[in-house]
Amino acid sequence: MLIKQVPDIEKVRFDVETGRVDRSSAPAETNPFDLNALETAVRLKEKLGGRVTVISMGPPQAESSLRDALARGADRAILLTDKRFAGADTLATSYTLATAIRKLGSFDLIVCGEKTVDGDTGQVGPEVAEHLGIPHVAYVCEVREVSEDRILVVSDMGDKYLFEVTLPALITVTKDINTPRIPTLRDVLKARRAKVEVWDADSLAGYGETCRFGLQGSMTLVTRITIPSEEGRRGIIFRGEDAVERLIEALRKEGFIP
Amino acid sequence: MSTSAKGGVLVYAEHENGVIHPVSFELLGKGREIADRLGVELWSVLLGHRVKRQAEELVYYGADRVFLYDHPTLEVFDVVRYKHVLVKLVRETEPLVFLVGATPLGRSLAPRVAAALNTGLTADCIDLQVDKDGELIQIRPAFTGNILAHIKTRSRPIMATVRYRVMKAPKRDTSRRGVVVEKRPGEALETGLRFLGKVSARRVNLADADVIVAGGRGLKRKEDLKLLEELASLLGGVLGVSRPLVDEGWISKDYQVGFSGNTVKPRLYVACGISGSPQHLAGMRGSDVIVAINIDPSAPIFRVADYGVVGDLYEVVPKLIEALKRIKGGSVDG
Ligand SMILES: Cc1cc2nc3c(=O)[nH]c(=O)nc-3n(C[C@H](O)[C@H](O)[C@H](O)COP(=O)(O)OP(=O)(O)OC[C@H]3O[C@@H](n4cnc5c(N)ncnc54)[C@H](O)[C@@H]3O)c2cc1C
Ligand SMILES: Cc1cc2nc3c(=O)[nH]c(=O)nc-3n(C[C@H](O)[C@H](O)[C@H](O)COP(=O)(O)OP(=O)(O)OC[C@H]3O[C@@H](n4cnc5c(N)ncnc54)[C@H](O)[C@@H]3O)c2cc1C
Repeated sequence: MLIKQVPDIEKVRFDVETGRVDRSSAPAETNPFDLNALETAVRLKEKLGGRVTVISMGPPQAESSLRDALARGADRAILLTDKRFAGADTLATSYTLATAIRKLGSFDLIVCGEKTVDGDTGQVGPEVAEHLGIPHVAYVCEVREVSEDRILVVSDMGDKYLFEVTLPALITVTKDINTPRIPTLRDVLKARRAKVEVWDADSLAGYGETCRFGLQGSMTLVTRITIPSEEGRRGIIFRGEDAVERLIEALRKEGFIP
Repeated sequence: MSTSAKGGVLVYAEHENGVIHPVSFELLGKGREIADRLGVELWSVLLGHRVKRQAEELVYYGADRVFLYDHPTLEVFDVVRYKHVLVKLVRETEPLVFLVGATPLGRSLAPRVAAALNTGLTADCIDLQVDKDGELIQIRPAFTGNILAHIKTRSRPIMATVRYRVMKAPKRDTSRRGVVVEKRPGEALETGLRFLGKVSARRVNLADADVIVAGGRGLKRKEDLKLLEELASLLGGVLGVSRPLVDEGWISKDYQVGFSGNTVKPRLYVACGISGSPQHLAGMRGSDVIVAINIDPSAPIFRVADYGVVGDLYEVVPKLIEALKRIKGGSVDG
């Protein structure tokens, strides 16, 4: 199960001058979609047995998201952190995650969120699947059945489609798949004492090419950041008695009303 | 035109049962522009079964060359099998740019192709520009639509998924001529994916709507959605909602606009009792004309609005309905 820590996007600020995202301006939280992914994995475990391992690549602070995942039912947590992982685009991120999964050894199912609220690409899941050479289904909104070697899922691609997938496989899940549980105080306290393993680039060396990690392995580069401009918007506000009439007049001018 | 070529701009032609998704035509429009700037050919690739006729359509919309894989093993979309075919084609033809529609299908397929090719992929672009150095600048919203990122790619092909309805489709020109190159997909290996059919169809396709009247938590009861539905139909449009109404179980998710719902780009978007959260704006900011009706003059939705009415939607909407009915009635009489 893969999780990413993200800034609270209601609070985060952007420096347009330098084109930087000021991550210190907002508290960090677990990507909301990943809570649904974790819930999916934990429910499968509760039904079928097995273990849920969570992996996150990020700065040392991302440990708090992993502890939270342990409180919510994960059994093992691994933090991939190293300066050499930094500056990764989705290609390098997915390659690094896939390398760590290879190091873990065998697995049946990888569960990811549909996308994150910051990078917002939705690419990491399918890219991890490709690096590992396993099938994937994106936008899963329902797990219908699971057996030892296959899983039956519904994918929401506008219309909904049913797929049977041979395990091992990867799925990315939408926010509608479930309602994530709230951890109990007891679980939170227990998770506080639990171990979060830390892996660096060297520890992955035998399982992949370290030159494909981080900035070095990234092929896309964010060159500039701008704030979407509302300059083109008219911003005409009507109030009072004749507001509706004036709106009608405006809509007529725009050609929406004969 | 030679039968083999290298280095074009390639556009993925998405279709469902032989009906080409309009985003593919839009990409041919943009692709033509980029190809002309770079001085290369515009290509398209089409995978499916009994889709030969559609290959010609792609030429009418601007493709110089269409790579056609028409084979029973490609009848249903299998992300792994389709990936195999595309990766092979890219290795053979070495396109400079590869564009895919940012539909659910495209956003599932493109990353697999990019990872296999070890190339960069930019997600969900709303603009593509060739700068003065001939570099392709890909512009996309990120951080839930709060910012626009400008992205360059240092590997080839430069891959990007592009949002529906942000580019203009060219005019269909049946006098255009191009080459259709028939290709064979190769052996169909077991992929581990079995498509078992459509479970349900969406109730409404908001992405295609020209007019949307959307309601939010300013609505007091589920029944009041009818009010907005009536306004929508008078304007020739459909109903949309903010996420909380879906969470309440008032209406199907198909109607949800926003970051975890539909991205829409109608000509007219009327937001009634919607505050304008970043997650909601992420789904409708690109609308041509935005109208906001909200009781709170400081609601963020007014900052993106072209026209706003500060007032109680329970007074404003019925008045609007009445006025529109009068106008309609009038136009029938006259
Ligand atoms: C403004 C901006 C724009 C960007 N645009 C692009 C772009 O167009 N193309 C590109 O290749 N890169 C882009 N990046 C880089 C990209 O955000 C990072 O590579 C990021 O680490 C992963 O991408 P994501 O957040 O989009 O994840 P998504 O692909 O949206 O994440 C999907 C799922 O993958 C898992 N996952 C993602 N990241 C991690 C992680 N670090 N650890 C564990 N699990 C994870 C989670 O389950 C998550 O729900 C951009 C970055 C910024 C700041
Ligand atoms: C990961 C994530 C994804 C999300 N995805 C989405 C998404 O896809 N779409 C989405 O919409 N939200 C989404 N949300 C939720 C989002 O954060 C907001 O909570 C939501 O958009 C608020 O909906 P609203 O504007 O209807 O409600 P509110 O914010 O409560 O606003 C109600 C508005 O109605 C006005 N009002 C009240 N009474 C009246 C009246 N009588 N007449 C006129 N105006 C009145 C109020 O002034 C207020 O501005 C997401 C959140 C998260 C964390």
